[in-house]
Amino acid sequence: MRADPRGVLTGVHFMDGDHACCEGALAAGARFAAGYPITPSTEVVERFAARIPTIGGVFIQMEDELAASIAILGAVWAGAKAFTVTSGPGFSLMMEHVGLAVMTETPCVIVNVQRGGPSTGLPTLPAQGDMMQARWGSHGDYEIIALSPNSPQECFDLTVRAFNLAEKYRTPVMFMMDEVVGHMTEKVVIPPAEEIEVYPRRYTRKSPGEYKPFEPCEDLVPEMVRAGTGYRFHITGVTHDERGYPLINPEAQDKLVRRLKEKIRRAAGELAFYEEEGTDAADVIVVSYGITSRVAQRAIDLARAKGIRVGKLRLITIWPFPDEKIRELARRTGAFVVPELNLGQIVREVERAAAGAARTYAVPHAGGTVHRPEQILSVIEEAAR
Amino acid sequence: MPLRLSEIRIAGFGGQGVILSATIIGKAASIYSGGHAVMTQAFGPESRGGSSSAQVVISDAPILYPYVTRTDVLVALSQEAYTRFLPELKDGGTLIVERDLVRLHDVGRGIRVYGVPATRLAEELGRRMVMNVVIVGFFAAVTQLLEPDALRRAVEDSVPEALRELNLRAFEKGFEHGVASVPLERPEPEALPQLLGG
Repeated sequence: MRADPRGVLTGVHFMDGDHACCEGALAAGARFAAGYPITPSTEVVERFAARIPTIGGVFIQMEDELAASIAILGAVWAGAKAFTVTSGPGFSLMMEHVGLAVMTETPCVIVNVQRGGPSTGLPTLPAQGDMMQARWGSHGDYEIIALSPNSPQECFDLTVRAFNLAEKYRTPVMFMMDEVVGHMTEKVVIPPAEEIEVYPRRYTRKSPGEYKPFEPCEDLVPEMVRAGTGYRFHITGVTHDERGYPLINPEAQDKLVRRLKEKIRRAAGELAFYEEEGTDAADVIVVSYGITSRVAQRAIDLARAKGIRVGKLRLITIWPFPDEKIRELARRTGAFVVPELNLGQIVREVERAAAGAARTYAVPHAGGTVHRPEQILSVIEEAAR
Repeated sequence: MPLRLSEIRIAGFGGQGVILSATIIGKAASIYSGGHAVMTQAFGPESRGGSSSAQVVISDAPILYPYVTRTDVLVALSQEAYTRFLPELKDGGTLIVERDLVRLHDVGRGIRVYGVPATRLAEELGRRMVMNVVIVGFFAAVTQLLEPDALRRAVEDSVPEALRELNLRAFEKGFEHGVASVPLERPEPEALPQLLGG
């Protein structure tokens, strides 16, 4: 279905990533946000709070991130598309409700504009240190979807996509920005509403008597109802059966957890968004994401000027990790070089997926700024030897 | 007019409108000149009164690395900004200073220096707050990196409607000053205060 034009600010703008993310959420149909402002993510909800009264919707500044992350789940079950926005310290506090959203299959988007950590860390400076937390931060065994934009334009485009994936797979989607992408200002083109595809909520057509809240469709995703429309249903974080009733035994656990994981795992291929260039005859492939991918491109250009055959794989989907793509590239390249603003997170995934078929080199950076292109270049040179 | 790859730094103190002037330049390049621009701002924990600095990279081609590495144009609106950022200005680059607020020393290196009493010019227009747009006008005239019309449209598009006329007058005032301004080729450091201070 097409976007609701009330939320679409069609035009050409000079806009930062945080504001573009907010516009993406509005275009995708988000009409509820709850947040506890934190640098460098504040501008997202600040803009939402200013824009939403004229569009029709609600923003609540909550007492903390726990409240923000649970409020959006309530809003979703009441019928809204909803999201919350934070940075590292708040992301940690939200983890409990990430698990609840996974278990209750509540579609929502959680935006993390990453800054340096641990703890308070570097409030105003960039990092990419929460990439593993996005995957594993809540307890229990689950799968998640996480996307990483590298420009304000993508902050718009991919926020729309994040909402669509959340609805399609009924899962929380992590939108993993970083301070540089959030605060950098560039041209952002917002298309007319009729050109923006929006995935509608999967409401059931079954009658109250036949509807079971957690009975999966063919793609393993169950249909939803909206609170107050005559259906009786129960949503719980406890292991439950298809009716949503608590069922505490190993068989119910196996059935539920396997389905929750499998609905995303089996879609890993269609969820693998990336940008690939020059990998055909590459001796070295640079794998990067977010702001680091733009710095890496400069290093790639410098290396090519020196005659090194370098390819580029920019990850847009971080989770589920595109194992298949890495495996395929590992068969035809000598080495992967993985720069990131942490001391080694996604590089481990690349190494795991490559499974020894190609060497893997990290280009670690603790954050606070971006790499110098020369740092990445020197590792490309080392890997090409 | 093709856009030359140019790295621009504008710096001063909070409240001078540093970020808005950088936004206007970025908008003029990316929206009204068909080119590309990235604007970033230095962010400190303080919300006002401290230093403020913005970087704009403009180019014909998409820009990857978002920060300036060798500044082509430095606009210094405070002494602190001048002292801090002069070393990153490339040899032969362009330096624009608010001449009532910056005392020059150690320039050299073939840098072309231009001074403008932007705050005073803005006060003559009745509002000190438009000094940042006076600066943009002056920048337009002395750097010739962007078409003045592209910058005028960006000014119109970036300020509240009630202040549009005033800001356009501020732009013209800075522009006229820039057109009449003579660069000080390879100035000797000791001669500068006399030449610029007037």
